[in-house]
Amino acid sequence: MTARFGPGDRVRVRWAHPPGHIRTPYYVRGKTGVIERICGSFRDPEELAYARDGQPERPLYRVHFDRRTLWPDDQGRAKDGVEVEIFEPWLEPADAAMEGGT
Amino acid sequence: MSDTGQHSHDHTPRPDQDGPPSYYQAMETAVRELLIEKGVVTAEEVRAAVEAMDARSPAQGARVVARAWSDPKFKARLLKDGSAACAELGIDMGPTHLVVVANGDKLHNVIVCTLCSCYPRFLIGLPPDWYKARAYRSRVVREPRAVLGEFGTEIPDDWEVRVHDSTADMRYMVLPRRPEGTEGWSEEQLAGLVTRDCMIGVTLPKSP
Repeated sequence: MTARFGPGDRVRVRWAHPPGHIRTPYYVRGKTGVIERICGSFRDPEELAYARDGQPERPLYRVHFDRRTLWPDDQGRAKDGVEVEIFEPWLEPADAAMEGGT
Repeated sequence: MSDTGQHSHDHTPRPDQDGPPSYYQAMETAVRELLIEKGVVTAEEVRAAVEAMDARSPAQGARVVARAWSDPKFKARLLKDGSAACAELGIDMGPTHLVVVANGDKLHNVIVCTLCSCYPRFLIGLPPDWYKARAYRSRVVREPRAVLGEFGTEIPDDWEVRVHDSTADMRYMVLPRRPEGTEGWSEEQLAGLVTRDCMIGVTLPKSP
């Protein structure tokens, strides 16, 4: 499957709370980060969790977040970061995304 | 504890922990026995798999780190494809996609799995209990410098602390910086400075 995003792209994690087994942590939902690398394509954990085959495989990315975008009230150092693996259906281009949801 | 020369504390026996199995322990036993009964696996295969997993230890990871410290080309391959580079050293990573994150000039890495307890078991063995605890998993991502401080690890203010949350198919290992004063050391000597905790990123390697 062709990856929609590439390293350096700014992406926003969907602000969504569907039921079921989700591997997108709450603390990054609705937040904007930068693609660090494409990890490859892997079976969809949201399907695998219910004994389905996980197809089609989904591109998986490592996304870098500046801590201040995750926790604006944080007293942490400006440069500190968090990198999280996120499947493509959870990502949208940051520039097209609506703000809010924090 | 004061040493008064007297032996006054009592020796209340610790209670045995042999109550009835929990729901999941019972399920594991039932499934395992069914698989054996139906000939899907043998008891010997189950035993061998447990033994193989128990045999994995941080010494394997230490060997990888020591090689990377000694051989820049190996280090480059390790950072590009961690699992393939480990295979060069005869370490079978199984299905694991290993991502090695290198500490560098003004960069300190630390790993966690906030959702469960993903850990590079194929490389450094079973995780410590604290790694699986809710306190570590929630706090290291929210206040990493405070958690590192509790491990005795102070990272300068002008360095970046970068937390890697293994939420999906990747597993992580931190490649620490080679300690100063180890010029000319053999890989075996270097490996002796590499601890499990410094490959998780909560501490630095031992000093020579």
